[in-house]
Amino acid sequence: MSAERQLHAGDPTPMINDPSETDVPWRLPSHRKVGMVSLILTESALFTIFVVAYVFYIGKSLNPPYPADVLEFPLFGTIALLSSSFTILAAELMLKKMNRFGFLLWWGITILLGAYFVYFTGAEWWHLIYEKNLTISTNVFGSTFYSLVGLHLSHVLIGLLLLSTVWILTLLGKIPRDHTEHVEMISWYWHFVDVIWIVVLTVVYIISVRAT
Amino acid sequence: MSDTIIDPNFKAPPPERVGEEAGSLTRVIQGLVFTVDHKKLGLMYIGSGLLFFVVAGIMATLMRVQLFLPGNTFLEPDVFNRFFTMHGTAMVFLVGMPIIFGFANFLIPLMIGARDMAFPRLNAFGFWVFFFSGLLLFFSYLGAPGLYAAGSAPDVGWFAYSPLTAKAFSRGHSTDYWTLSLLMGGIGSIATAINIVVTIFCLRCKGMTLGRMPLFVWLFLVVGFLVIIAMPPLSACQIMLLLDRYLGAKFFDTQAGGSAVLWQHFFWIFGHPEVYILILPGFAIASEVIPVFSRKPIFGYPIMVAASVMIAFISLGVWAHHMFSVGMTSLGNTFFAISTMIIAIPTGIKIFNWLGTMYGGKIRFDLPMLFCLGFLFQFLIAGLTGVMLSVAPFDWQLTDSYFVVAHFHYVLIGGLLYTIFAGIYYWYPKAIGKMLSPKLGHWHFWLFTVGFHMTFFPQHISGFLGMPRRIFTYEADRGWEIWNQISTIGVFIQAPGILFFVGNLIYSYFKGKKAGDDPWDAWTLEWSTTSPPPEYNFAKLPEVKSRRPLWDLKHPEDPDWKFE
Repeated sequence: MSAERQLHAGDPTPMINDPSETDVPWRLPSHRKVGMVSLILTESALFTIFVVAYVFYIGKSLNPPYPADVLEFPLFGTIALLSSSFTILAAELMLKKMNRFGFLLWWGITILLGAYFVYFTGAEWWHLIYEKNLTISTNVFGSTFYSLVGLHLSHVLIGLLLLSTVWILTLLGKIPRDHTEHVEMISWYWHFVDVIWIVVLTVVYIISVRAT
Repeated sequence: MSDTIIDPNFKAPPPERVGEEAGSLTRVIQGLVFTVDHKKLGLMYIGSGLLFFVVAGIMATLMRVQLFLPGNTFLEPDVFNRFFTMHGTAMVFLVGMPIIFGFANFLIPLMIGARDMAFPRLNAFGFWVFFFSGLLLFFSYLGAPGLYAAGSAPDVGWFAYSPLTAKAFSRGHSTDYWTLSLLMGGIGSIATAINIVVTIFCLRCKGMTLGRMPLFVWLFLVVGFLVIIAMPPLSACQIMLLLDRYLGAKFFDTQAGGSAVLWQHFFWIFGHPEVYILILPGFAIASEVIPVFSRKPIFGYPIMVAASVMIAFISLGVWAHHMFSVGMTSLGNTFFAISTMIIAIPTGIKIFNWLGTMYGGKIRFDLPMLFCLGFLFQFLIAGLTGVMLSVAPFDWQLTDSYFVVAHFHYVLIGGLLYTIFAGIYYWYPKAIGKMLSPKLGHWHFWLFTVGFHMTFFPQHISGFLGMPRRIFTYEADRGWEIWNQISTIGVFIQAPGILFFVGNLIYSYFKGKKAGDDPWDAWTLEWSTTSPPPEYNFAKLPEVKSRRPLWDLKHPEDPDWKFE
């Protein structure tokens, strides 16, 4: 068979039939995992710039309040958010065992912990805005603080939206059995949001408080 | 018909309404809006990129007319400011980016033997977000004056240095349109880049190991990563600018302890990798065209891959060479000068590898190859002036002068646009099924090349003579007239070249010679299917055993895989 003949479309294209390689199974990475890793990479780049801006402006505010005056270590919020990374692991374990009730329970606890974090941050902001007079336009500390913590908070909210969607769909029995990887990707995102919080916590509530 | 349930109340559906039969405008628009096919989206990217190219090109032409004579009053100064801002922004974000994404979209699935991109709907999302971000930018001409009646289109330059963008200096909404448009475009670009990376990792056909991918695909993998890492800083600065303008934040407010230089750093952390995001696809096209038209496999494939990855890494650490005149520490200046010189090494390696590919080859001077030769020659000049500008004291002399304008137009036109033309002449037969007319193409090439050098080479000299960029006019006794006049005349030689090109695209669509599946006797998988490819690309997914699967197919007695 001539080459030209084989080139016509619709023809199955038998490239080269060398048996040594055709038997080797052809494995490719999961597109969900690569996609989520890429998303996490791009989000990390976004956070990096806001963290750099925050660090760059430590001690550059011309007027009070300064971080040391107003910031309190967000102990309960942190405990809630960090432990949600473990409860989501428990939920995933239940998912692997196909234990629907266990999954709903742990996944639900994760949502509650995340929601508590949002509530905690909201209360903190209310305190800062109305009692300490720190707004985004007060000084560069205010601008960088609200933008960095707010960017993180927006990611927590997006995470909560995803988590709740999965929880409700599971309750309604709308998630097919072979969609465990979809659910797992959401937990990856949630872990990422947690890791970012550790960075924000260190930079905002430890380093900048010590430095001013 | 026989299995229809007989229903006495059944009425035949009304005949199709006027304008809804196949081929009508409504159907065509529906086809474009609803499609998630990577080939259609790719062509839509390239088509809308070319549309914005013509608009931004007309702006450039008008600016050159203004600069033809000293003290000219053809354009008002504020109109001129808007033109250079819109020209720059549009050429980078609405021409360069969509056209390279168009090539990626159309070709990557075909080259790796896949049926579509990994996330087809995300792909459509990316296109439409880009397209509307472009419309948003141009809508500023109508929408931006707002209640202030101040300013229409953005006039702060394409890198929008602070504090020009502060509320006090940029009233009205022109800067907001610029910011929102770039923020939106950034989201679309990141979506598309993630799609490209995932497609390349996860949809390769059997046997297409990373080491066997065409260099085109490799380079787009690198571009995808660069977009993923470098685009968010741009989005971050746009968010900060919006916060400054609307919520009174102090990021770039120097009176409140903010820093205008921080904007420059953040912008160029995006801005320099962006240059490589734009030029690496140019390298990608050259790396496909040059071997095919030299009738030799690419010289030094692994080195080419390594050099691309090196360029990507180093490009993340050279941004402040745009800022030598801002007053950094000498340590900073030295670091960025050296990193900039180092990035010339992998780029030089690539040029030598292309030359090595041609050396001893049986070169066919078809149009794609002609444009690639132009690219090699012009990109070399661009690279040399780039190394000159990396020397910080030299840059202090020539920063913000026409020398810089000449340098980056040699990069983006002489480098990128020439390879885009090469790519269009090379793959148009695949996409449309017709050959582009070589006669019109030669007119295009020669007019455009002569015009290009006439326009931009003299700008090196006017830069040396001290002419700053972005001035709307100049005085008569500076010795700049003759160089500006040659430059403007050059534009009027380039413009008919572009007309020949656009005319060729349209003419060949209707009257072009039928292309056949493999008109160039090429070696990568996209030539193994029909032209244009069917919606599913391949009836049976191919299997490859080497870097040149079609060579193996055409030369079963001497396949590549015996030597790899």
